[in-house]
Amino acid sequence: MRDSVSRFGRLLLAALREIFEESAYERFLKRRGCGSSREAYAAFLHETQHARERRARCC
Amino acid sequence: MPKLSRILIWCGVVGAGVLSLATIALRRGEPINAMWLVVAAVCTYAVGYRFYSKFLAAKVLVLDPTRATPAERLDNGRDFVPTNKWIVFGHHFAAIAGPGPLVGPVLAAQFGYLPGTLWVLAGAVLGGCVQDFVILLFSVRRDGKSLTEMAREEIGPVGGFVAYLAVVSIIVILLGVIALVVVNALKSSPWGTFTIAMTIPIALLMGLYLRRIRPGKVLETSLLGFVLVVLAILGGQWVSQHAMLANWFTLTAPTLAILIIVYGFAASALPVWLLLAPRDYLSTFVKLGTIALLAIGIVLVRPTLHMPALTRFVDGTGPVFAGSIFPFAFITIACGAISGFHSLISSGTTPKLVSREPETRMVGYGAMMAESLVAVMAMIAACVMQPGVYFSINSPTAIVGATADAATATISSWGFPVTAGDMATLASAVGEKTLFNRTGGAPAFAVGMAQIFAHSLGGQAVMAIWYHFAIMFEALFILTILDAGTRVGRFMVQDALGHIWKPMGRTSWYPSILFTSGVIVAMWGYFLWQGVKDPLGGINSLWPLFGISNQLLATVALCVATTIIIKMGRARYAFATLVPLVWLVSVTFTASYHKIFNTNPRIGFLAHAQQTLGQMATSPKPQELARIAFNDRLDAAVTGVLVVLVLLILTESLLDWVRILSGRREARVKESPFVMTNFAAEEQG
Repeated sequence: MRDSVSRFGRLLLAALREIFEESAYERFLKRRGCGSSREAYAAFLHETQHARERRARCC
Repeated sequence: MPKLSRILIWCGVVGAGVLSLATIALRRGEPINAMWLVVAAVCTYAVGYRFYSKFLAAKVLVLDPTRATPAERLDNGRDFVPTNKWIVFGHHFAAIAGPGPLVGPVLAAQFGYLPGTLWVLAGAVLGGCVQDFVILLFSVRRDGKSLTEMAREEIGPVGGFVAYLAVVSIIVILLGVIALVVVNALKSSPWGTFTIAMTIPIALLMGLYLRRIRPGKVLETSLLGFVLVVLAILGGQWVSQHAMLANWFTLTAPTLAILIIVYGFAASALPVWLLLAPRDYLSTFVKLGTIALLAIGIVLVRPTLHMPALTRFVDGTGPVFAGSIFPFAFITIACGAISGFHSLISSGTTPKLVSREPETRMVGYGAMMAESLVAVMAMIAACVMQPGVYFSINSPTAIVGATADAATATISSWGFPVTAGDMATLASAVGEKTLFNRTGGAPAFAVGMAQIFAHSLGGQAVMAIWYHFAIMFEALFILTILDAGTRVGRFMVQDALGHIWKPMGRTSWYPSILFTSGVIVAMWGYFLWQGVKDPLGGINSLWPLFGISNQLLATVALCVATTIIIKMGRARYAFATLVPLVWLVSVTFTASYHKIFNTNPRIGFLAHAQQTLGQMATSPKPQELARIAFNDRLDAAVTGVLVVLVLLILTESLLDWVRILSGRREARVKESPFVMTNFAAEEQG
């Protein structure tokens, strides 16, 4: 029971991190081989801008 | 689990579902508990998922667990990323869940809870879930191609062109109508207007915090934004009681419309990271939390539905919108049952994240079931109110009268007793001056939600807080869609104009940004302005127009899906998409016919134009009447154009099907070549 709850919690957090693009930023840092910084985040925003701008939000 | 146990469990699920459906369908003359709707919905979804979606996966689509998805083959850690199926499910649900499944069922509740609920359940299981699942899989098999690209490649150039125009049309009409919902929710409401106004500086602050102070910490920033929004809600109460500030934030519908149009233009032209992205995060955070809270609230409170199963307005004379159950209930509830807009999401980001083909079943079919459950919750929120209160909030003054006494007398004469005193007490409880003539669905949903929350958390004392929380939640949702929709529409116009004059296609060229933003904002702003100035409240004419355009987009998606299924050599199973397609064509074409040609001026655009022009000679404001008549004719023309476009794609698809089935054309699908997945090898190894 405890394991199931903890597994659910981890999955929920992972889903939220994906939805809120924290995982995407982590992958970006890993790909670039650098740590988090203002400059890195600005570069991440720049790289994902095209996809983000064209992402429709449903009615 | 032993086979016999499984059979017994599923017999129990079917039995509970049948009992619940029979109760909501057959019980008359006494209120029923909302849990009957919840149990009916959950059992229907369970059976639909276990049996129908499994059939689709095995027989119609033949999902292949050995085939590598684009997320695996094209993995670049950026757009294409193999992702856990539950995470993709959450991501997809967050993208498809919008205000549609909340507003549509509230409006359709004027027929009673039964028609809308049955349509939401049947429409989702047999139509909406199928569309989302099938389009997601076909996009996965085509490297994540969009609906318009698939339409062009699989049906032909006409199909691609029609899909493009349908998407632009739906975006424009959608933005106009949802902006109207916000205007109607905020007009003369200093509390609500202040709260929503504050979300703009909060989003800007979040953008700066995220970029300058805590780079990449989106969850933390969203939590901070949420705390600030709650403070803004509490501050709104103080503002509404402050003589001078309340005056500043008490705005009329036309003023709010102008502010929203200016905001839409600015949001489209500002950098994404500054306003659009943080607002999107904040909206998603509030949305997921509130939907979960509403579900918990309904289960805890188990409220009684006061709205009857069927009201007298099934004959089409309803005050919220005119028109009988068929076809109008089916275009009023689009999202929640079947929504064409979902096909854009299913062929957008989601197919690039799916790591194995069989997971498209859970993500596509399953996420739509969750969305449909949200629609059932909205129906419950609308129906827990006394019907007299529901109609007082949702009826325009042109139908029930401009004063509280006149409105309550009219509504009581329909058999739904309500007094001006009841409405004044309710308005005071939720911190508003009046709740009359709050058309659009959002205020009614907020009252219902506040009543449910107030029974479970905090009691009547905090009803006003819950009401304004619900209004903030819906308006935040809607303004996020306005931001994103205006920008997406702007790119589509830029893409098209780029074919005529290259510089216009450059998305970073500021003159092009300003011009195309202006074009899109002018188009949806026109519909918004028309709705604000409409004496019938605007929703009566614009929501059906939105429903028609959304369902027509679903028709395009189902045409694409049916074509591909036939090309795959699975024609005998094409009924899976053909049946919802035929249903949608009959619904939308009948609705379009009525909206254009019906002789009842409350339904037919042309009849209303004629009636309005007939009043010009005796009116002190003939120019205003001429404008209303022009708008009616414009709405009729837009509806007609949408129908012609869909007729074109239907004809092209039909000809294609006949040629393939008669052997005159080779059936060749444009899928990406098969590549064996490494994930399967890893599992076996």
